[in-house]
Amino acid sequence: MGERKRGATRRAVLIGGLAATIGVEKVRATPEQMRAAIRNVVGAAPVRNGRVELDVPPLVENGNTVSLVVVVDSPMTARDYVKTIHVFNEKNPQPNVISVHLGPRAGKAKISTRFRLADSQTVTAIAEMSDGSFWSATAEVIVTLAACVEGI
Amino acid sequence: MARPLINVPAKVKRGQIFEIKTLISHVMETGYRYSTTGERIPRDIVTLFSCSYNGEEIFRADLYPAMSANPFIAFFTMATESGTLEFKWTGDNGFSETATATITVE
Repeated sequence: MGERKRGATRRAVLIGGLAATIGVEKVRATPEQMRAAIRNVVGAAPVRNGRVELDVPPLVENGNTVSLVVVVDSPMTARDYVKTIHVFNEKNPQPNVISVHLGPRAGKAKISTRFRLADSQTVTAIAEMSDGSFWSATAEVIVTLAACVEGI
Repeated sequence: MARPLINVPAKVKRGQIFEIKTLISHVMETGYRYSTTGERIPRDIVTLFSCSYNGEEIFRADLYPAMSANPFIAFFTMATESGTLEFKWTGDNGFSETATATITVE
């Protein structure tokens, strides 16, 4: 009886693992989807490189918690401030990570958080300024243990 | 169940820019994982976080499944007057949690 029970569990694990693999293949986003997500945010406006600093470790052991710091070069006055900061990824199931809304009262356009990465990929941060211009920065990350794909 | 942690300096000088660190315990289930029996585990995440300073919203964030479990968010604000900082998290399955911190501006 004990032997049979163990067999069933092992089979369940196998099926679960297989389903997880197939599922992840289906839902993985692509760089095109990331570009589409960025277009959704910026519209037809041009996105220039610069003013944004994206700090992500270049080599990540565990994709489940990756530290992320975004700093935007802005005086943060009532006339000139950062309105929003968006973070995007290429290869997670969804391209969005976080969208942060700031105002002149922030004093400093800097945010820190932790996010997941399903694979080695490029992460993009885009800042929208109060004058409507968009600035961006990218960072390459190598992930050894991926998030999102593991079963339970 | 969900326990928020807030780190705010107790006293700041007027006009000083200080950091607010927040963390809430939450699984942030992505909705892309499968259980051992092959069933998809439904999404359960915090979707919105906001912070207001004496009633005025100073920070808001839309969160996605790519956020880590127990979402940690740190940001800055300028000290204007003594008062309370209110933090609010809302998410899937009617999740809602609030926390407050008091701050003294000298």
